[in-house]
Amino acid sequence: MTADISNKTLIDMHRRMVRIRLFEEAAGKLMEDGKVPGALHLYVGQEAVASGVMVHLTNKDQVTSTHRGHGHLIAKGGQFDKMFAELYGKSTGYCKGKGGSMHICDLELGMLGANGIVGGGPPIAMGAGFSAKFRKTNDVAVTFFGDGASNEGAFHEAANMAALFKLPVVFVCENNGYGEYTAQSNHQAIVDVADRAPGYGMPGVIVDGMDAIAVYEAAGEAVARARAGQGPTLLECKTYRYYDHVGVRGMGLKYRSDEEVALWQERDCIDRIEAHLIEQGISTQRKLENVHKSTLKEVHEGIAFAEASPMPEPSALLEDVYA
Amino acid sequence: MTMIEAIRDAIDTMMARDQRVVVFGEDVGYFGGVFRCTDGLQEKYGASRVFDTPINESGIIGVAVGMASYGLRPIAEIQFADYVYPGYDQIVSEAARLRHRSAGDFTAPMVVRMPCGGGIFGGQTHSQSPEALFTHVAGLKTVMPSNPYDAKGLLIAAIEDPDPVIFFEPKRLYNGPFDGYHDRPLTAWKQHPKGAVPEDYYSIELGKAELVSEGDDVTIIAYGTLVHVALAALEGTNISADVIDLRTLVPLDLAAIEASVQKTGRCVIAHEATYTNGYGAELAALVQETCFYHLEAPIERVTGWDTPYPHAQEWDYFPGPARLEKAICRVLEGTALAEGAAAQANGGANQ
Repeated sequence: MTADISNKTLIDMHRRMVRIRLFEEAAGKLMEDGKVPGALHLYVGQEAVASGVMVHLTNKDQVTSTHRGHGHLIAKGGQFDKMFAELYGKSTGYCKGKGGSMHICDLELGMLGANGIVGGGPPIAMGAGFSAKFRKTNDVAVTFFGDGASNEGAFHEAANMAALFKLPVVFVCENNGYGEYTAQSNHQAIVDVADRAPGYGMPGVIVDGMDAIAVYEAAGEAVARARAGQGPTLLECKTYRYYDHVGVRGMGLKYRSDEEVALWQERDCIDRIEAHLIEQGISTQRKLENVHKSTLKEVHEGIAFAEASPMPEPSALLEDVYA
Repeated sequence: MTMIEAIRDAIDTMMARDQRVVVFGEDVGYFGGVFRCTDGLQEKYGASRVFDTPINESGIIGVAVGMASYGLRPIAEIQFADYVYPGYDQIVSEAARLRHRSAGDFTAPMVVRMPCGGGIFGGQTHSQSPEALFTHVAGLKTVMPSNPYDAKGLLIAAIEDPDPVIFFEPKRLYNGPFDGYHDRPLTAWKQHPKGAVPEDYYSIELGKAELVSEGDDVTIIAYGTLVHVALAALEGTNISADVIDLRTLVPLDLAAIEASVQKTGRCVIAHEATYTNGYGAELAALVQETCFYHLEAPIERVTGWDTPYPHAQEWDYFPGPARLEKAICRVLEGTALAEGAAAQANGGANQ
């Protein structure tokens, strides 16, 4: 871990990662306790990717996310209270309870939205990138998707068009080794999704997705390239989801071994950046603990806000269908 | 059996009988399907006949069309009906039309299985009932069972059918006959007569409706989950109704509808999908065409609202027993029955 990266940025990235982790741990518990309706797809383990990419973006840069999208929104500045409220389906949520976990979005933050459809995001980001270029805004569009989504036709069509039109788009593949419950080796014949990039005429870059600094560096180049009008990049981050496709259970699953999970957890992205921060004298154990503590407080406040919030009125169902 | 077990049993039965039957989809092979409908089949029949595909619905349907037109009997699973749209082009432009454009040389005897409907707080991308998008397409058959017994018999018929069949499985019925009362404990299928499913081969002819309740006052036409909601709506009333479970939407058992509505003179149509251009619109038109001079009241449709499927407001959207009962009262307006039912309904609300 060496890089041309300011202490401030490192601390910022760490904070974003801790925010994601603690939000997700709490959200998982709420799901297990049956407090939030529906299923959650938790981002725990992959925090370095969202954080390492988002520190390069402004609220005007557009992001499309996935069904595993809480981490992207938090890394882009999402507020816990409105997020928890959305998970609870309350009227105070980001989407007034209409979206739920898999469809949270926010105009102000440039979050075009999580998406319950695998591969739903890349074409939308490509269109946002087109708009940015057309209107000369200098904004970029970043689309997060998984190894599974890289097999959807929509991804291929978006990649081809983004390269063809030289759009300011960054394709961030979070390769966590599984498309839902199916291992990568059972859903594609390649090991590196980045191999597909040259076929569209864009660079493909592979990075350790458990290392926030490595993600930061590679994403910085890709975002800069997009802003400079040089077109899209496919950035493949090798990462891992600690929990199941849906919900919390991480170990004892039929489709992957506990040893594999433990191996990835040894390379935990938060442990790594915390060790780095202390080693380099950038922060102290005590300061890092304070980040966890204050974040946890925010988590509890967010949950309390959500629980105290009202459900939408029945008539709200008919609103927002047409203008 | 649960509906999940009945579906698995149908596939199992057909895989044992017919070597051409292959099963595939997202997480279908090794994992056994997210709803467990193919659990254990890969172990039994091997990974060449029961296999995982990438997450690419266009590819899943596309490969099924090719298999079906060249000697196999594919059963493709789309994990949620909400995911089918990337494969819609393959279904409409290829599977449905192959027979016609090749003057019968090539056909696509294939089944696309899809869990549909709400009830699990899946929000807009895990709850839809898109059957009308398929009933509108000439060349396709569309099936939606309401119970395990029918699910097995209809799925076997679908697998044996010479044409492409879209097979909808209301996911809220997988484990029990859900009647719309979401705050009550779910009854298990083993406590329901339709949960008794023979392990042997049997099939139920596509295009035959079932009269699940018989009466003279009103006809309720439903399919899937709404069959159980309709029966629940009638509970505790003096109304005697024909409840028709269509089972197959295309081909449609119009004779059963005609016979019933000509007898009762009143008709309520119920489905979970949205109202405008829902399959209920087609049914209402057909009832009007065939039973006009027998109708005593305008036809009522009880459906989901014209909105995307909601997240938090699932039960505001869902056409439950209370909405159905109101519609039944409206078609009975002016009769003594309606007044009695309305009084009962009000009494219930006050309790």
